[in-house]
Amino acid sequence: MEAIEKIKEQVVAAVPGAQIEIIPSTPAAQQPALLVDREHCFAVAKFLKEDPRFQMDCCSCVTGVDYLASGFIEVVYHLYSMALKQGPVILKVRAPRELGQCSVPSLTPLWRGGEFQEREAYDLYGVKFEGHPDLRRILMWDEFTDHPMRKDYTPPLDYEWEPTAHDETLARARAQEGIVPPSALVEADKAKKK
Amino acid sequence: MIQPLTEEQRFQLVPGPEGLIETQQLAVSIGPQHPSTHGVFRMDCVLDGEVVVKLRPVMGYLHRNHEQLAEKMAWLGSMPYTDRLDYLNSMANNWAYALAVEKLAGIKVPERAEYIRVIMAELTRLLNHASVIGFMLQDLGAWGTPLLYAFREREKILDLFECVSGSRMMCNYFRFGGLRVDMDEKALGMARDVVAKFPKFLDEFEQLLTENEVVLARCQKVGILPKELAINGSITGPMARASGVEYDVRKVDKYGVYGRFDFRVPVGAVGDVYDRYMIRVLEMREAIKILQQALRDIPAGPHVAPEVKVRNFKVPEGDGYARTESPKGELGFYLVSDKTGKQPYRYHVRPPSFINLTTLEDMCLGHKVADVVIILGSVDIVLGEVDR
Amino acid sequence: MGLLGKGLFAGMAVTARNFIGSYFDGGRKERLFTYQYPEEKMPLPENSRTFPFLVCDDEQDPVGTMRCVACKICETECPPQCIYIVMDRDEKGKPQQRPKVFDIDISVCMQCQICVEVCPFDAIKMDCDYEKSQHGRFDELVEHLPDLLKSNAYYNRIKPTEASAVDARLKAAQEKKAKKAVPAAKAEGPAPAAS
Repeated sequence: MEAIEKIKEQVVAAVPGAQIEIIPSTPAAQQPALLVDREHCFAVAKFLKEDPRFQMDCCSCVTGVDYLASGFIEVVYHLYSMALKQGPVILKVRAPRELGQCSVPSLTPLWRGGEFQEREAYDLYGVKFEGHPDLRRILMWDEFTDHPMRKDYTPPLDYEWEPTAHDETLARARAQEGIVPPSALVEADKAKKK
Repeated sequence: MIQPLTEEQRFQLVPGPEGLIETQQLAVSIGPQHPSTHGVFRMDCVLDGEVVVKLRPVMGYLHRNHEQLAEKMAWLGSMPYTDRLDYLNSMANNWAYALAVEKLAGIKVPERAEYIRVIMAELTRLLNHASVIGFMLQDLGAWGTPLLYAFREREKILDLFECVSGSRMMCNYFRFGGLRVDMDEKALGMARDVVAKFPKFLDEFEQLLTENEVVLARCQKVGILPKELAINGSITGPMARASGVEYDVRKVDKYGVYGRFDFRVPVGAVGDVYDRYMIRVLEMREAIKILQQALRDIPAGPHVAPEVKVRNFKVPEGDGYARTESPKGELGFYLVSDKTGKQPYRYHVRPPSFINLTTLEDMCLGHKVADVVIILGSVDIVLGEVDR
Repeated sequence: MGLLGKGLFAGMAVTARNFIGSYFDGGRKERLFTYQYPEEKMPLPENSRTFPFLVCDDEQDPVGTMRCVACKICETECPPQCIYIVMDRDEKGKPQQRPKVFDIDISVCMQCQICVEVCPFDAIKMDCDYEKSQHGRFDELVEHLPDLLKSNAYYNRIKPTEASAVDARLKAAQEKKAKKAVPAAKAEGPAPAAS
């Protein structure tokens, strides 16, 4: 596989106007990624898929990452070439976190393999994939309204009975009326005696 | 041969046939509580008579947000949870996760640990493929016999796993930079014994099934997955290889010490259910070859990299993706570490059996309901991994 | 395909061989792999693990000689958070180095052994007792301190190799500490005078 700078040069030459940035990985992992703007994402992916030098015919892994502090959600595509046995080329696309604006172009029309994975990213992160043929929830039930993998998601206060609750769980158990785990009762007894 | 459908065709209701008698299509929901769906998995089918004209997989019944759990605990804390993804092959899952963390942190694994990892992963492949064939035959209606023969062999491998790691299925054996405990001579002897006896079982198993006329009639030309669709649909593992995609992560990435072993990658020609069965049998034979070489060459030495701490383990900031050839396909872990490095900021599993279901509809269209059951059986799904 | 039904008969031959073989001594061991539990129990390998227990040195005085110092490392590291520890305090409220409450919820515990790995005092180990069924789902499945304490002799009995290694390590550490304490006492002697 060529160096990431060279891939960037070729992509920029083939897709005019694409704004591409290289994002480094950890020093050990050595998997730098291409950050592509939303408008040109589809064209860049199409180029990588169809260009004979790359032939990225398999979109192996699609996932979302929620960067709460920076205020965006990143969708990461890992592309491999089964024909040339090379890869990965990693594409990253960023979208703002706000639910109305959180959308990126879908790559499912290029790779069927992205179909379920994009649905999963939509389900868990709320990323709307424009052009996805069948964008529904896949893991959560249809009536569910939130997106549970977002970093600011707070689970509902339906405390499940847990006898050895401590820390956060214990606090939540106490917050809920009528349910106090026995380990908390032991402590309460001790406090009363004192 | 069934042509892959275009996008428009796939998501539209196919009208019923027009004839003298007025017919109606029938919507049938197979599952989620149904023995043939291998767990809590549902297939919403639209049938025309007995022929499937539309099928939608519905999953999520076993969803426990494994990824969010992992993002709330230390790096090592999710290792036992990876056992519970694909609960038939916990060792293979352990390896994928350990490999991803090692890649991010740049940990070098000692030689002996690498060999033991290969031995464990290949034994896992043996037990997975044997039991999957058993389950598939169960779906065909061969109640008990092939499955119990497979389970008899699986039992021996599970005994070995218990002897080495302490648990039969939830092994939790791999650690970052090596393994939890060393594999002693007694366990190696057991492994040699299993490997020596396995070909005999495989011959017997093949005699039972490979040329059986009922198996041939039910499996051949059923559920064909064309090569182009397999690649485009990110299908990996034995399913892709049965469709003629010559791609094996062990050969391509050469992770661990796989570069040192001599083995072949079996590739199918038709891509039907029978090819998938045959590929699994051949892969077991190749796995035995790898095991023989690994057990012969295993060096002495430490079983874990000494610089890796169990507590306060930290990973440098950044992201990385590592993949392995698990028995079901390409199992990958995408991990992001933040500034603190104490726990994963993002932890994503690329589950092979979940993504292999993408083309389930294309394989099933035009077949009868009874065939849908074996096509699903040949995909080899484990719901712990599909739903996570 | 040659004669139709040939494959079927070949398969039948395999089942017949397995069926008849199970009646002869040679084949029985290979072919019959089940145990008639509970009359007959499967011998467990030494590494086999179920739920954790706390090690104490003396069987007669389990609470006094337990190794646990209530450092709560296992509580924080436990992936499913099934351990609950409260440190003991004396009348004045001074913390004592032993737990007052040590609960393990075995309905939550997933037998992963991480508590054993992170424990710096060799105080918690894995048991191999698997007959833990109870008539209730909640309180009955919580193990408290008295149920959890088991002697080192018991540990040696269930896991001889591992336990002897732990004993040797603890003994060596103790000797090292004793050796260190002697010169340290000597060195400490003149120090205040110098200052």
